[in-house]
Order: sequence, then structure tokens, then C-alpha cells
Amino acid sequence: MTETMELEAPARPLGAYTRPKANTGWRDWVTTIDHKKIGILYGAAAMVFFIIGGIEALLIRLQLATPDGTVLGADTYNRVFTMHGVTMVFLVIMPLAAAFANYLLPLQVGARDVAFPRLNALSFWIFLAGAVFLNMSWIFGDAPDGGWFAYAPNTGMVFSPGKGMDFYAIGLQITGIASLISAMNLIVTVLNMRAPGMTLFKMPVFTWMILVVQFLLLFAIPVITVALFLLMFDRNFGSNFFNPEMGADPLLWQHLFWIFGHPEVYILILPSFGIISEVIPTFSRKPLFGYPFMVFSGIAIGFMGWGVWAHHMFVSGIGPISVAAFSVSTMFIAVPTGVKILNWLATMWGGRIWFNTPMLFASGVVSMFTIGGLSGVTHSLAPADTQQTDTYYIVAHFHYVIFGGALLGIFAGFYFWWPKVFGHLLSDKLGKWNFWLMLVGFNMTFGPMHILGLQGMSRRIDSYSPGFGFEFWNMFATIGAFIIALGVLAFIVNVVMSARRARHEPPVGLDPWDARSLEWFTPNPTPVHNFDDDIQVEALDEFWHRKYGEDENGKVVRVASAEEVCQDGSATDTHLPSPSYWPVVLAAGLPFVGLGLIYTLWLCVPGAVLILMAIYGWSFEPVDDPDGPHGHHHDHGGDELVDGGSGATPAEETAEEAPVG
Amino acid sequence: MADTAAVSHGHGTGTGLSNNKLLMWVFLGSECLLFGGLISTYLIYRSRFGDGPAPGDIFDIPFTSVSSFVLLMSSLTMVLALAALQRGDIRNNRVWLLTTALLGSLFIGGQVYEFTTFVREGLGYTTSPFSSAFFTLTGFHGVHVSLGILMLMSLLISSLRGTLTRERSETVEIVGLYWHFVDVVWIFIFTVIYLVPSPTS
Repeated sequence: MTETMELEAPARPLGAYTRPKANTGWRDWVTTIDHKKIGILYGAAAMVFFIIGGIEALLIRLQLATPDGTVLGADTYNRVFTMHGVTMVFLVIMPLAAAFANYLLPLQVGARDVAFPRLNALSFWIFLAGAVFLNMSWIFGDAPDGGWFAYAPNTGMVFSPGKGMDFYAIGLQITGIASLISAMNLIVTVLNMRAPGMTLFKMPVFTWMILVVQFLLLFAIPVITVALFLLMFDRNFGSNFFNPEMGADPLLWQHLFWIFGHPEVYILILPSFGIISEVIPTFSRKPLFGYPFMVFSGIAIGFMGWGVWAHHMFVSGIGPISVAAFSVSTMFIAVPTGVKILNWLATMWGGRIWFNTPMLFASGVVSMFTIGGLSGVTHSLAPADTQQTDTYYIVAHFHYVIFGGALLGIFAGFYFWWPKVFGHLLSDKLGKWNFWLMLVGFNMTFGPMHILGLQGMSRRIDSYSPGFGFEFWNMFATIGAFIIALGVLAFIVNVVMSARRARHEPPVGLDPWDARSLEWFTPNPTPVHNFDDDIQVEALDEFWHRKYGEDENGKVVRVASAEEVCQDGSATDTHLPSPSYWPVVLAAGLPFVGLGLIYTLWLCVPGAVLILMAIYGWSFEPVDDPDGPHGHHHDHGGDELVDGGSGATPAEETAEEAPVG
Repeated sequence: MADTAAVSHGHGTGTGLSNNKLLMWVFLGSECLLFGGLISTYLIYRSRFGDGPAPGDIFDIPFTSVSSFVLLMSSLTMVLALAALQRGDIRNNRVWLLTTALLGSLFIGGQVYEFTTFVREGLGYTTSPFSSAFFTLTGFHGVHVSLGILMLMSLLISSLRGTLTRERSETVEIVGLYWHFVDVVWIFIFTVIYLVPSPTS
């Protein structure tokens, strides 16, 4: 290689530890530390679990379609609804948000990569290890059956003697590590690595919302980790945290869980708010209305989300003063959420709206989330909530916010950023089928649950007797659930067909949506090195401002084409960090430790060996492989190789120093 | 354009802190909530000792005060270690790193002695909610101190291999942040568990 290479090459500590060189095939995907590939991995893995969780949902609906259902039986039903909840919350919505965050965040702040690329790979592989571990419980015939919130003492040894809750407690600790590492990494990235000129209040709203979410994760994950840890010790080592017989407080779990659990609700929804805050201005052809209000209401939600947890516990006997206080705080948190909804509407107001698929999904979020938000406000009235608790009304509410809010927003993001990631558009026609099937199916499934709940149908029951008036709406909801499944199928067909069509069609080109933020400065799909040069940011929506100006009458006119504004992705001197084996090795050790804790401690040995080997390898591998081809990577848009290895470039900002220890 | 060395010293980053140092600060923020959850649990359970020994009967406050003092002094030696390296004084850096690790180990030794004594006096891990909460909280802290000792030993090994130079003093500073944090948490734990008058049976 070049002389500069030799000057830069670090000493080779313990030569056994070289870095992997593969840049194609599965080896590349396993060892990659590129934030874009990791984002795609997050998305692909989450979609697999989305299908698993969806099948679980269909099984639930089949069981409940008719009175005295016999499809699953009570025991299996408990496992299926528990795993449906756990899967959709922890293995679908959170990693899908992580997929967008990983891919887009560095691009939106104009960085080469995240602050710690290897840690980024580690968080994905740990997430996957935890997710696989949780689902292994099916193979061992003992899936968790205590609900996604796993109320102790019900989930203690006395009432849940099987292994299911152990899988839950340990599995979620593993995915929690992944979330925590990812949160720390992204916070450092946003705070430290923004493009020159990009002050905090020139960041896109998506970046802002993801930043708020990472802070929520940073502070919420340790709380559930404590709860899960105590539960694990109760179950495995006989401690007395949740054992009322020994004088333990039966509410301790509920408090710990919901102190995590309520911020978690915002962890699920805020990324979607961020996505549609990018989609709606783009397709309304207007800047986002009230950007500072949008940002501050997001931050306010982040803070207030910590002061409302006991509204999940109004009927648990926490006392009238607590109930009153949490009732009021719950009403208050509707205010910043309302601000957001009004701002989206005001953004659309008077805009030349382009109703293509991303915009349809975004409008779906605004309308459906509003319904879910309003039923949420009804919970804040404690007397009403006393009637609604543990009925299908609650199920209706949280599906309107999580499906209608979070998931539809994520689909808006799929359609919006698909060309950025894969270089071709998804079909708009199939996209509209996807949207309308999902929207109609969703409302058919969860709309009637409001009625069922108010009629008194309980959550979590595996069957109901005929004659209570539950028959019609249950059947109706089941039909709706299968329509949702058709909608998801339309999406999968769309992905496959569009990829096929794209082979014989010209690539999508630059800026297909006339978009606004920094990620669109790069060609589609994004070249492996992201930006050719640093972007000097002068305004919010910098990309848009480079394309448009005002004429002498103050009218907005196009001043530059996308071709003139965008970078051509041809830079060859960008330094790329080398891939690494160790993140995946370290993550692979964790399920062994988990299984060891559950079945036989001997299994912890191979797990510990893998983990120690990985930490050792991680610490001693050179930051860059001195022998490896420097910056010798495939651009996933073409076959040309990006060669490099010169001095200081934007990429140097991501150079990672292995933390000690 | 900022180069690697500059970034590692925090020039040209958004906050003025290097990525590594900011990562440690952010991590410590998360740790606050971890200990927050465990301390809250202890506070709820401190008077729930059932038929087992009560906290007020079993704590040996003079002994724990001494081991707390040892731990707090280790923060001083940590500062001295960093100061030495920042002046380029490799020898004193090693001496103070080793002293810090030894003081930490002394604290852990005290904890092991305390735990053994308590178990002998009838306070097992499964005796009561109080006992479970006590051992879990202090044990968790002990694990944190132990990890800190491992980090200090890694620094020492790095120094002996000649790679811990004045230019890399920030690594010592970051380990120091962790070490001081663990000490500060102990001040809270010591106050909450031992100094606040405990219920007796």
C-alpha cells in the first residue's frame, strides 16, 4: 500500500488478531461494522420476528373467533399472547426503529458512521442473540406465559414453575444490553459528530426524536434490568423480592416494570413521530410547521413520560393520592402529543399534498394515533379506568397507538427511504394496496375491541361463553386480522416485485421525493463511504435550501437541480474502518450463559469462553488491519472498489479507540 | 478536518469531549438508574426482616466505616495516578494505579468478611426480603468495584508493556471517571444502609 498507509499503520499487537477482510457474501454481513448494513440487518431480522409475531396474533384471533374456541387451549393461548406481546414490542418495533436510526442517523447529521462502529455491530448481534434466545423457549416447549409485563408474584416459582419466565427474564436482559449499547453509541454520535454548522436546532426532527428515544432507553433499560435481575434471582436462587409469603411487597414488580414500561411506550412511538415529521413536510411541499414546538414537545414527552407510570396501576391499591396525582400527570402528557398532531395538520394545511404511499401511511399515523391518544386520555380518568382495566378496551387503545401510531409510521419510513437504501422505489400501486388493506383490517380488528371492552370482555381470557353478546365483534375482529395479514403480504410481494423490476429499469436517480434533509446529498443507494465531503450546514432542511431560493418578488423558486446539489459518491480517499469478528462472537456467547442459568450451569462455560475470547480479541485487534486492503470495500450500488488510505478525511472522525477493560 | 488524535482529545467534537469520554459519562448516567432501582428496593425492604436478623442488630458500623474510608482514599490515589501520567511520570502513575487497585481489593476483602460474618450470624441471602435486598445491592456494588479493579490492572499491564503513555492519559481519566462514580455510589449506599438509623428487632 501507499506510504501514508505505512505511516498510519498501528503497531501490530499480538499478530494472531487480524481483522476480517471479506467484503462480499455472508462473511461480509456477519463481520460488517458499517452502520448502513447494520441498519439493514436490524430491519431484516425485525421483519422475520414481525411475521412470527403476526402468526401468533392470527392464532389468538382464531382462538377467539367463536365462543368456546378450541384452536389453542388455555395453556398454549397464554404462551401465544405473551410471546405476541414480547415479540412485537421488543423484537419488532424497537429493532425496526433501530434499523431506521442506524441507517439514517449518521447520514442525517452528516457523519461517516456512528461514533463506535464495532459497538454498533455488537448491539445488533446481541439483540439477535436475545431474540433467538426468547424464541428458543418454543423449541424447549416452555414459552413464557405470564403476559408481556410478567407481573410478579404471578411469575415467581410458586405460580409459574415452568422455565418460560426464565426465558423471559434472561432474554429481555440480553436484548436490554443491546438497547443500552446502541443508545450510548447513538447519543455520542448525535452530540459529537454533527456536520460543521449543524447546531442542535438544525437537526432534522427524526434525529431529534431518535435522540430523545436513546435517552429514554438509557434511563429506562436499567430499571427493567433491575426488575428482571431480581426476578431471575427469586426464581433461580431463592431470594425474596417478590415473595409475599416472606413479607415482600407485591407491588414492587409493578412499579419497577412500569417505571420502565411507560417510557417504553414513548420509545416505541417517538421514532414513528420522527419519521412522519420528515415525510409530511416533504409531501406537503412545505417546511414543517412549528419546528421548535415539535422538538420541544418531543423533549417534553420524554421528560413527562417518567411521571405517569402508575396510571397502569390504578386498580392495584396504590391509594387515592397517588391515583389523583398520576391521573393529572397523565392528562398533562396529552398536551405535547396534541401539539405534535396540530403541527402535522398545520404542515399539511395549504400544502400541495402528494398522496403517494409514504404520505398515506403518515396520514394514517396522524388519524389512527389520534384515536389511540384520545382513548388514552379516557384512561387518565381513574374512575373510568377502573371500569376499563383488564378489558379489551385497553387492548384496543394500545393497538391504536402501537400499530396505528408506531407501525404505520415505520411503513411510511419504508416507502420513503427505500430508494435511499436499495436504489429503487417500491411500487406505489402495490403500496396503496398495502396501506388500504392494513388500514381497513386494522380498524376492523381493533375498533370493535373498544365495544367488546365496554361490554365487559376481559383481556387474556382464552375463551368466552356464548350469550354475552361477544360473538359478532369477535368474528368481525378475526376477519380484520386476516385482512391485516393480506396487507403485510402485499408489502412482501411489493418488496420482491420491486426488486425484480429494478433489475431491468434505470436506477431511481437522485432525490426522488424532492426531499429536505442531509441524507439526500448522497446518491441512491448510499455509497459505502457516505459523503464525499463534509457538508457545511447553514439551515434547517439544508438540502432543500440548496435547491430553492427566492426571486426578487420573494417567491420561492427552484435555483438548482438535484444533480447540481448532490454529491456524486465518487470519493475514493475515504478511510473505512475494518470489519470485525468479535461482535458476533461475543453475542453468540450470551444465549449459552442464559441456557446455562436455566438448565445446567455447565452450559455457562462455553458461553463464558466465547465472551472472554471475544473481549480479549476485541481489545487486542488493531483498530485497522495493517495488512488489510485499506478502504477496499464494495460499494453496494456498483462494482467499483473504493480505494483509499490517505491522510485525514471525514472518516477519521469515526476512528474507534478500543475502550479499556 | 479534525484528525484522529485531535478527536480523541475532544477537539472538533460537538461537545468538546472525546467520543470515548462522552461514552463513559453517558454510561454512568445509565448506571445511576440501575443503582437507583436497587437502592429503592432496599429502602422498601429494610424493615421487612421477618424472623431473621434485623439490620440494626447486625450491622457493624465502625468496621464498615473503615472500609468505606479505604474506598474513598482510593479515589484520591486515582487522582494522583492520572496527575502523574499527565506530567509524564510513568513510574508514579504505575505506583498509584497499583495502590488504587489494592485499596479497592481491600474494600472487597472487607465486604467478603462482612458477608461471611452476617451469614454466620444467621442472615442468609434467602432469609428475608431485607437480606435479599441488602446482599443484592451491596453485592452489585462489589461487582462494580471488582470490574474497576480489572480495569486498573489492565491499565497497569498496558503501562508495563509501554503503551500507556502521556498521550493516552485520557484512558486513565475515563477509568477514573468510572472509579469515582463507583465511590460516589458507595457514599449513597453507605448512608442509606448504615448511617440512617436502621430498624431493630
